[in-house]
Amino acid sequence: MNPFHYSKPVDVSQAISLAGAASRFIAGGTNLLDLMKENIARPEHLIDITGLPLKDVRETASGGLLIGAMVSNADLAWHPLVEQRYPLLSQAILAGASPQLRNMASTGGNLLQRTRCYYFYDSAVPCNKREPGSGCPAKDGLNRIHAILGASEDCVATHPSDMCVALAALDAVVHVEGRGGKRTIEFADFHRLPEDAPQRDNQLADDELITAIELPPQGFVAHSHYLKIRDRASYAFALVSVAAALELDGDIIRDVRLALGGVAHKPWRDKAVEQSLIGQPVSRENFVAAAEAILRDAKPLEHNAFKVKLAQRAIVRALSDAATGGKA
Amino acid sequence: MNAKINPPGYVSPVGQPLDRVDGHLKVTGQARYAGEYPQAGLLFGSVVSSNIACGRVLRIDASRALQVKGVVAVIDHTNRPHVASYDKDYEDADSAEGSPFRPLYNDRVLYSGQPLALVVADTLELARHAGSLVRIEYETDAHQTDLMAAQGNAHTAPAETPKPRGDFETAFTQAAITVDACYSTPNEHHNPMEPHASTVMYQDDGSLEIHDKTQGTQNCQDYLHKVFGLEKDKIRVLAAFVGGAFGSGLRPQYQLPLAVMAALHLKRSVRVTLTRQQMFTFGYRPHTLQRLRLGATADGRLLAVGHDVIGQTSRFEDFTEHVVEWSGMLYQCDNVQLTYKLAPLDVYTPLDMRAPGATSGMVGLECALDELAYATGVDPVKLRAINFADRNGNEDKPYSSKELLACYEQGADRFGWSQRNSEPRSMRQGRQLVGWGMAGGVWEAMQMKASAKARIDASGKLTVSSATTDIGTGTYTVMTQIAAEAAGMTPQDVTFVLGDSSLPTAPLQGGSFTVSSVGTAVQQACRALRAKLLDAVRMAHPEFAVVDMEEVGFGDGCLHIRGQRFSYADIVRASSHETLEVQVDAEPDEKREGYSTATHSAVFVEVLVDEDLGTVRVNRVVSAVAAGRVVNPKTARSQILGGVVWGISQAMHEETQNDQHLGRFMNHSLAEYHIPVNADIGDIDVMFVEENDDIVNELGSKGVGEIGIVGVASAIANAVYHATGKRVRDFPITLDKVL
Amino acid sequence: MSETTNQAFAEHAIALTLNGQSRQLNVQPWSTLLDVLREQLDLVGTKKGCDHGQCGACTVLRDGKRVNACLTLAVMCDGAELTTIEGLADGDTLHPMQQSFIKHDAFQCGYCTPGQICSAVGLANEGRAQTADQIKELMSGNLCRCGAYTNILAAVEEALPQSAAKASAVSEGGIDA
Repeated sequence: MNPFHYSKPVDVSQAISLAGAASRFIAGGTNLLDLMKENIARPEHLIDITGLPLKDVRETASGGLLIGAMVSNADLAWHPLVEQRYPLLSQAILAGASPQLRNMASTGGNLLQRTRCYYFYDSAVPCNKREPGSGCPAKDGLNRIHAILGASEDCVATHPSDMCVALAALDAVVHVEGRGGKRTIEFADFHRLPEDAPQRDNQLADDELITAIELPPQGFVAHSHYLKIRDRASYAFALVSVAAALELDGDIIRDVRLALGGVAHKPWRDKAVEQSLIGQPVSRENFVAAAEAILRDAKPLEHNAFKVKLAQRAIVRALSDAATGGKA
Repeated sequence: MNAKINPPGYVSPVGQPLDRVDGHLKVTGQARYAGEYPQAGLLFGSVVSSNIACGRVLRIDASRALQVKGVVAVIDHTNRPHVASYDKDYEDADSAEGSPFRPLYNDRVLYSGQPLALVVADTLELARHAGSLVRIEYETDAHQTDLMAAQGNAHTAPAETPKPRGDFETAFTQAAITVDACYSTPNEHHNPMEPHASTVMYQDDGSLEIHDKTQGTQNCQDYLHKVFGLEKDKIRVLAAFVGGAFGSGLRPQYQLPLAVMAALHLKRSVRVTLTRQQMFTFGYRPHTLQRLRLGATADGRLLAVGHDVIGQTSRFEDFTEHVVEWSGMLYQCDNVQLTYKLAPLDVYTPLDMRAPGATSGMVGLECALDELAYATGVDPVKLRAINFADRNGNEDKPYSSKELLACYEQGADRFGWSQRNSEPRSMRQGRQLVGWGMAGGVWEAMQMKASAKARIDASGKLTVSSATTDIGTGTYTVMTQIAAEAAGMTPQDVTFVLGDSSLPTAPLQGGSFTVSSVGTAVQQACRALRAKLLDAVRMAHPEFAVVDMEEVGFGDGCLHIRGQRFSYADIVRASSHETLEVQVDAEPDEKREGYSTATHSAVFVEVLVDEDLGTVRVNRVVSAVAAGRVVNPKTARSQILGGVVWGISQAMHEETQNDQHLGRFMNHSLAEYHIPVNADIGDIDVMFVEENDDIVNELGSKGVGEIGIVGVASAIANAVYHATGKRVRDFPITLDKVL
Repeated sequence: MSETTNQAFAEHAIALTLNGQSRQLNVQPWSTLLDVLREQLDLVGTKKGCDHGQCGACTVLRDGKRVNACLTLAVMCDGAELTTIEGLADGDTLHPMQQSFIKHDAFQCGYCTPGQICSAVGLANEGRAQTADQIKELMSGNLCRCGAYTNILAAVEEALPQSAAKASAVSEGGIDA
């Protein structure tokens, strides 16, 4: 770990004024310290934001929720309003990490988790995300856990978050604040695809701080399901995960959301496919067709072709379980 | 033996489910492990490792590291203290054949992750940071780390594999039913929860007191004596608590010589603790490629067994394990051919890991047996019973005991095997396919020479000691029980001391031979102590001067003689000594020589397979074990439970993945090198089948550290086949292979 | 040495409650709670198994909640109330969870054990585990390489009600914390 200096601002504007290219905000620290210990992140200045007043979950005027960036993952998953109105989010959070890490990790920090690509994590080997221009050994190396959608020549990493998959499905909005003022970012636009700049995971500027996540009123309470498939029963990153949510009128689909984790550099959504399901009846055939359509452009690597089939089946399973009320 | 003196209802401490005697220390955080001994002024070492798999170090630039305030030294091959020049000085009690690795010896890079420098600093944080500032320039040579690609270069392993018997080729060719299948097992790293660490306390007189993570304190002492030319009495190696090892502590690992180099170089106390990533930079269970050929009669009698294995090794040592032997000894078969080859790669030398050899080799044998069961239509349990061997065909000796048939029978009964529909894909539970599979297990019951000392003091407390270790196996506890029984005392009055090279000689702790070896020494020492107690009574009481040992009883901490009792405390007080003490050297009894000795098991498994998603859950395991007399059913059960979890891990999870382009293990973390978590483990039912054995040793006990894992992975693979109709022959059985 | 470096090595004074006692500590920004406990305070019961939040051996209770000490900067613990394995027993009387771990032989080598026990106490405080499956899932942040999971489950299952009662008594001020 590189040495750094430390400060602890008491409000958002102070935090932002301290921020710069060589600084990092720290909240739970569950990923940042991990990266700093491997010399992957080397901030000169850590800005401790745990003292900022961003710890509330409150209802918005429109009937949605505004979640402070400093709310812990555990508190969010078990918040009564989230459990009642957004069970998909609750399930997704509880499918991630461990109870200890969920107690520490913040809502804002969860969005900023970096990939778990082996090569990114090993500073002895090349990685374009870690050292732009050094190369991507994963592409022709050990890529069983890597992306099948939206990857580039430069990077085949996946985004590791479970919570973000649910937030993507729920059309969350990210509230940020920087020296230029406040702005909101649609969740779908928050994370980037790697393209030729895989070192950038998202749209945040150096001085911008996530202050809150806003959830629209629609929580798909009756028909949602988060399905995570991984190499062990718990405490492992997703090979594939699916956040599925349906609004049904009888067995006719009035609204649908489908987001995939573990398959791309960001939570993956395909609004055209979702649109194609609207107005259709709940049926295995329709779900299979949607699953195949979402994966139509999949480009598997040497070791991860199974993810295509797995993702398709997981989509069908998650939609089916969502349709029956999230129960198997 | 003390029944006549002990009060009615006396129960020997041996066989009791005693709580661990070190339990209190472990649950309160008071048990100290190797890297946890403090000392004022202690320095911290951080290891800098190679990025390349093969080549030479051209230059190590430590200038930036040395500029950091608090960094005391950077030690590499150019400035290390003098070390020995001959291979024999680097050999240890678990060496492989060849030229042992020499840390920081010269500029050669033999594998990726090799230690190349040690940064020593005032704090852990400084050492790690400075380590990241060391720059190394390499001259890189081409490497080969891929066993599949190198198998053509394999040579016959320098191991004494059993000679072929009968005529395998003819018998196999002419057999009515044959199975010919290839299996593979991956590289696996031990990954005990405690990373390897050595704290070297540099004493004023230049001697070293070392807390090391090891399975053999004297092995480390001897190694340091030879490598650094230090007198043995200047080196004391301690290991009071070892946070798991599973074989990783059988050889002195590199953190030990590195810490000693720093201590000698600086004449200060130094600790070196490896990072989790560095736990992937020394020994491991080697990748194997296996071919099994079985020939049988139509009703399942084995006519031919052929087992060919290629394992990986390093360029500098030929690591061998007993990987094919089991195929020649578990079943009755007249035509057997076993071959074992090694392919050298640019990797570190493999190392014994829990039930080394058997864990890998039995995968091939016991999966192939299941394939034969389906080929012949004979039930897998019955097939094994038909081919039961009461003699070890490799050695042509009878087994001292082998209650394997009882394991099959009682295990099957407990599991409910008779309800199995043998047809694959025939059993379902909701969305899940249900699979039932089984396999047999075997492990040697060895005994080594060992010594122990027993000392009783004037308060009647007995202290028994030996240089062995307790890596979590329960050695402290079971030795206490054995000593208590042999001395005629309660366990509460007995303390067992271990983990110190200055104690009486003990072998490495491994191979499930600690109870057999050290336990025998402890038993004999306590018996000898009884004689000494009697001598003391004879001296103090002339009326008993000619009494025979046969007339004397020992129990309840008292010597009983002709209706009188003398407490041990009184005997010691009445003697002219502060304590009475005796040390014995025990060795295997000659009567073992005419026999083959082994533990056995039968493992039954239920898996639930989600066919759409490929996920496999090991829902239920019954492990029936025949291991002779069980000293402590509580700790022995824990050993088997742990072994079964290891088997589940082997079957479903573990694989250290090598990037062949980089020649480097890449999933070097506990996030990506998967071992099971609590949620992965279903019901595990352990049963000990009664087995009497008065040949294996006087305790009649065979040891249970390894047998629990053997056969589990095959039973799971066989259950997956039963559930899905899919034969996965390349381990681990990850969901992509089931999908 | 640059100004940044000087600032980086400057010690920060923090005040916290550790195992029921108020402590003032001087810590450097880059020291984790785990290293401060083990190296500065000689509280080595909290273990380092991976140093990356991937094993749970370093689990301690922060304000009653279980966290990984290896991913916690000590400097960020100013004002926190911390309990480590050394602070669970009440004098010579073991915490019910510690007692239960001994009874059920819920450990072998003992290295993951302090983390398992602190995690189980945190689990009791959360009050979210009712069934064996829930305990297993919510104890999955603690790896045990010896494979003692079956016995860990038995130990936690048995001690959970008593631990939960103890936790609520503490939070209601019924027991001197």
